[in-house]
Amino acid sequence: MRPFGYVAAADPASAAALVRDRPEAAFLAGGTNLVDLMKLGVTAPGLLVDVTGVLPGRIERAAAGGLRIGAGVRNSDLAADPRVRAEFPMLAQAVLAGASGQLRNMATVGGNLLQRTRCLYFQDVTKPCNKRVPGSGCPARAGDHRNLAILGGSAHCVATHPSDMAVALAALDAVVHVQGAAGPRVITLGQLYRRPGDRPDLETTLERGDLITAVEVPALGYAARSAYRKVRDRASYAFAVTSVAAALDVAGGVVRSARIAVGAVAPLPWRARTAERILAGRPATAEWFGRAADAELAAADPLPDNAFKVPLVRNVVVRMLSELAGIPAGDQAPAGDRT
Amino acid sequence: MMACVTTADQTSSELTLAVNGAVHRLRLDHRTTLLDALREHLGLTGTKKGCDHGQCGACTVLADGRRVNSCLLLAVAAQGTEITTIEGLAGSGGELHPLQAAFVERDALQCGYCTPGQICAAAAMLGEAEAGWPSAASASLTGPVTLDAAEIRERMSGNLCRCGAYVNILAAIMDVSAGAGPEKAGAR
Repeated sequence: MRPFGYVAAADPASAAALVRDRPEAAFLAGGTNLVDLMKLGVTAPGLLVDVTGVLPGRIERAAAGGLRIGAGVRNSDLAADPRVRAEFPMLAQAVLAGASGQLRNMATVGGNLLQRTRCLYFQDVTKPCNKRVPGSGCPARAGDHRNLAILGGSAHCVATHPSDMAVALAALDAVVHVQGAAGPRVITLGQLYRRPGDRPDLETTLERGDLITAVEVPALGYAARSAYRKVRDRASYAFAVTSVAAALDVAGGVVRSARIAVGAVAPLPWRARTAERILAGRPATAEWFGRAADAELAAADPLPDNAFKVPLVRNVVVRMLSELAGIPAGDQAPAGDRT
Repeated sequence: MMACVTTADQTSSELTLAVNGAVHRLRLDHRTTLLDALREHLGLTGTKKGCDHGQCGACTVLADGRRVNSCLLLAVAAQGTEITTIEGLAGSGGELHPLQAAFVERDALQCGYCTPGQICAAAAMLGEAEAGWPSAASASLTGPVTLDAAEIRERMSGNLCRCGAYVNILAAIMDVSAGAGPEKAGAR
């Protein structure tokens, strides 16, 4: 590991300024991903600016009834917050589905949003990777891509975003508070992430020195009946193969509104807006849930070893929406269900 | 003004670590993890290095009573927290912590390498359950926590045992959870 300097930041603004002015600098929060990547040699900052002491560490009621979550809030405290559990169960479930008790005690909300892909080639410095070394190539398309993207990738990169929490935040229309060089600003979660295209090394729209200070979740009444489901290769402590965060507003058997986001299928938490649009005003039936999922997945461009994710996503979406709509399990299996 | 901008270009620092009730001052390269500081600089070798990447839990210690992976926590960033290692869990008179006694009673280990991490993680885990924290195995996010086998397995999933002593690890933790009660099990 490259030797590095260490500074405990005095406040968010000076931390942002220091990282902006020092190209070799990086913010350090929980460190669960960054320190690991430094050990692997994937990243080698020459200066760590520790922001754990200055990031807001509380969850507060926002003006319009939502929640403002400080970027320094630890994942475990987010999942344990009574308001999160009661009003946004999909968010609590998503956080609890991720990592381990130890890692959730360390990892922060801001850092979780910015964690890097677990693509094997990105983490192995003996292999080419367009995300780690731009222009070096991508062995994943012809190699191990079982858990990589089926949506939103490019010829240059099919890495997936690993966060569970961010999937729920995407479904909940979260916005991100950023301390930048020119002062604070607010962007949507959708504006935070960028698709890889021909620059997979650029994962977000943040500028050097931009520091996430808080995440705000707007009030959403029907999110009280929402859920997060994670499909993975072992029962616990594993990254997702596929995950879905969903909330459904049904009245008289008709969908008024739906929120759906899918994880581990794209370079960013994938908000299923096509499916949401189709469902609005339609009957809350497994058949329509399947049609909506199919429409969303029409854009899928899977590789040979991850094509299984297409029916997997479809089935998890249909099952979750059916459960949220109160449809008995025996009536859920739609035509074309391949499980 | 930065709090300690003078260190921005230095690659080591004079730092203070509070471990098991004692305060240590030492100069460490910033690359030193808390795990390496404990083992290599303070002689506290009870905490084990397994994977060194936050995947096995062997290095679990308590920071202000909360379980953390000491392999991913830089020592320089661990200043200001009270660290408790397996050496600090036992009573001042040397009497075993209830979880230590239960692990002995249940023979909850084979090689023993993961045991300090298992016990530190379990001590904090019982406190989390006592505080009402739900887990991914909880039937309800808002209901009371009942530490049945499925709950304990999920809550302890960050600690691997390559010998596969899980059956007795589970039994030992259930003994303490059901018997002594978490407040006696060292949870803060």
